Amino acid sequence: MDAILEMRGISKNFSGVRALRDVNLTIQRGEIHAICGENGAGKSTLMKVLSGVYPHGSYDGQIIYEGSERRFSRISDSEHLGIIIIHQELALVPLLSIAENIFLGNEPSRLGVIDWGVAFARTRELLAKVGLREKPTALITDLGIGKQQLVEIAKALAKQVRLLILDEPTASLNETDSDALLRLLMAFREQGITCIIISHKLNEITKVADRITVLRDGATVETIDCHAGAISEARIIRAMVGREMTDRYPPRTRNIGAEMFAIRNWRVEHPLHAGREMIKGVDLHVRAGEVVGIAGLMGAGRTELAMSVFGGAYGRNIRGQALLHGREVDLSTIQKAIKAGLAYVTEDRKGLGLVLTEDIRNNVSLANLPGVSQRGVIDPPREAGVARRFVDLLRIRTPGIHQKTVNLSGGNQQKVVLSKWLFTGPEVLILDEPTRGIDVGAKYEIYAIINELAAQGKAIIMISSEMPELLGVADRIYVMNEGRFVGEMPAAEASQEKIMAAIMKQYGVAA
Amino acid sequence: MSGASKAAGFWQANLRDYGLLVSLLLIMGFFEIMTDGVLLDPVNVTNLILQNSYIVIMALGMLLVIVGGNIDLSVGSIVGFVGAVAASLMVYQKVPYPIVIGLSLILGGLIGAAQGWFVAYGKIPSFIVTLAGMLIFRGLTGNMLLGQFVGPFARGFQSISAGFIADFSDYGMLLAPDGEPQFRTASLLVGVIGALALIITALRRWRRDSAQDMETEPFALFIGKNIVFAAIILGFCYLLASNKGLPNVLIIMGALVLVYGFVTTRTVIGRRVYAMGGNRLAAELSGVRTKRLTFLTFVNMGVLAALAGLIVAARLNSATPSAGNSFELDVIAACFIGGVSASGGVGKVIGVVIGAFFMGVMNNGMSILGIGIFWQQVVKGVVLLAAVSVDVYQRNKG
Repeated sequence: MDAILEMRGISKNFSGVRALRDVNLTIQRGEIHAICGENGAGKSTLMKVLSGVYPHGSYDGQIIYEGSERRFSRISDSEHLGIIIIHQELALVPLLSIAENIFLGNEPSRLGVIDWGVAFARTRELLAKVGLREKPTALITDLGIGKQQLVEIAKALAKQVRLLILDEPTASLNETDSDALLRLLMAFREQGITCIIISHKLNEITKVADRITVLRDGATVETIDCHAGAISEARIIRAMVGREMTDRYPPRTRNIGAEMFAIRNWRVEHPLHAGREMIKGVDLHVRAGEVVGIAGLMGAGRTELAMSVFGGAYGRNIRGQALLHGREVDLSTIQKAIKAGLAYVTEDRKGLGLVLTEDIRNNVSLANLPGVSQRGVIDPPREAGVARRFVDLLRIRTPGIHQKTVNLSGGNQQKVVLSKWLFTGPEVLILDEPTRGIDVGAKYEIYAIINELAAQGKAIIMISSEMPELLGVADRIYVMNEGRFVGEMPAAEASQEKIMAAIMKQYGVAA
Repeated sequence: MSGASKAAGFWQANLRDYGLLVSLLLIMGFFEIMTDGVLLDPVNVTNLILQNSYIVIMALGMLLVIVGGNIDLSVGSIVGFVGAVAASLMVYQKVPYPIVIGLSLILGGLIGAAQGWFVAYGKIPSFIVTLAGMLIFRGLTGNMLLGQFVGPFARGFQSISAGFIADFSDYGMLLAPDGEPQFRTASLLVGVIGALALIITALRRWRRDSAQDMETEPFALFIGKNIVFAAIILGFCYLLASNKGLPNVLIIMGALVLVYGFVTTRTVIGRRVYAMGGNRLAAELSGVRTKRLTFLTFVNMGVLAALAGLIVAARLNSATPSAGNSFELDVIAACFIGGVSASGGVGKVIGVVIGAFFMGVMNNGMSILGIGIFWQQVVKGVVLLAAVSVDVYQRNKG
């Protein structure tokens, strides 16, 4: 067979820490090659070595691309040869148009003057190729995340891509958009574009990948050929974690008590457009020891609902009743919400959850500094003790409590955010996409923590776009769409089909 | 990990802190040699402290403003304005100076509050608000003084800047044989006490941290660093003691450095400022009242700028229309040389103090060497750019 890329014996150190150890990776021309591994296994580092983010000389080993050894010293070197990487965090300029973004840094021009005719014509061609029906002049900010992803891919095509690398392309997409993206990748395969896809979503990988390379602790574990026989997800998980994972959801004994928290006829308007209702009269209740899931598509208003409840962190003109233990409670500011015993674990760990410039200790204590201080003065041993307790309790993998949170893997970052909120001693926890972008092993641990909290009698509201996760963890599921609850069902009776049916019912479509 | 590699690792992790201190010592050595020993002459050291005290004092406030994610360009103009108001009150209205000092600090706080209100609650970028403040207060200063110098002031007021702490010889004790006061023993004693206190608190903290199994720096490095600090304190006090003793303003500055060191590292409010600068939204969602906190950093800055204004006026023994001109640049430069991150959330008091003295030694050394004011600006600009470049390079490398 004909290899387009071979990475041989790649090793990379970060100030004494081995991120990659003698990694070997061979990519065949025209295949879809998946790279799997737990967070911190070295997937992103490997791709950064490949694309020249880490220049030649900063790592050991060889990169052979299109038959000869390459020594990239910057990203543009690899891009010239058609190696294009699309990162998890999209790199589009929100206030520029699709066409401007696609040709950013690569504008068709004569004497420095952009030829907009050519740019628009080529943009239309590219958008047709990726199946995106938008005008080239549409602004990125007006597109949904799924469409933005397609613009990124169109941008890659504009650069004559030969090896397309996608880092977690479907992490923030809903199922429909994910499916469309995967179909697009398969269409590219027909056209001879080679593709590397990094993903935690094993069901998607088994659907599209020709071969799968598994990384663990910075080393290649194995490369699985998907055409040799059916590949089960369990098989990949075993290679990733190095052990058998028989059950993806930890067992739980349910002990559900009295109603703890409820909102009635909750209405919220858009923060910028007065009068535009984003949450249109939601009723929700959750009992002590109960895990309530909120399912829905992207943009259904779940995060907006959660944040508006949490001290009005989202929206304006918030109306409705909030009840804690049956008594009305004032949640008009974040301080009051925290004091009342609410905690909101955000879906956006880096943007809203952590102070990345600070270490674990300072992040854990942030929401409850009075808890480690006396008359406004912090007691360092007490604060360190709290941090250490949570590091042990939630098994945060870190060299110490003074590790900057920016250096932690996604799963461990999530545990730090959870620690911060657990330290406030909450009664009601709102978890927004608590396992987004984190690996199977860490997900299992997060589920175990959720179970433990429920067992302690806390009320838990869990928002998730991964339906299997909701079905596996929640006791009861609300289905949300377009700012309303459109369904409610016990998890035992729920299924992905039922949830989708509840969403579709609203559009008058039989699912 | 072995002890040596742990030390190396720690050294690397804290390279910036040590690097800054080492560069300050190097540049002092350089100018000491170039000026044939004038730099560390007792009289000059006294001057160095007097010239730098107000920069250090304002840099403490600026640290909090910048760490909180803002900037204050108006401090130089506030220095001038508060000086002018204070001088007018004392000279024309004959208001007693202790009352004027109180009123001036309140005035500074009000100016800070006004600017802070626009930044925090009006959501106007601090660069713009304080640029406006810089113009407004410089203009008001000019209007008020109409090109005149207003002074002189009462002895007591002057002594803020021109005074020195009392000594034994002032009371006829420990005189030299000829009865002339020679060596300011009390000043040296303050230095000795300061150095001892530094070492003792550092040792106690180290013991507590290592007993708590907290990450501590290797003992050799730790003890070395503190001995250097103690030696610097002692050396300076010795030099000052052989001139007129410790200036009052040094005591004010030293006390403020200690207070702000404590506020930034040990208090809830300090921690919240850092969290706010590091990630405003995350801090808000964690219950930090970011608007109020932003407002307070500006009030604090205003008060410190007013204090600096009083010190400058006392030192010149008059208020002048140009007092405080371009101080904001020295103050901001001191912060950035001292390792404060322009994007907020990062910076230490000790870094800022060293940064301020770094600028001060350069100013002073170049003046002694007779280098023209314009070349001095060129050199300071280059040094600022170089220092921040090294900082950014190191950060990105990690």
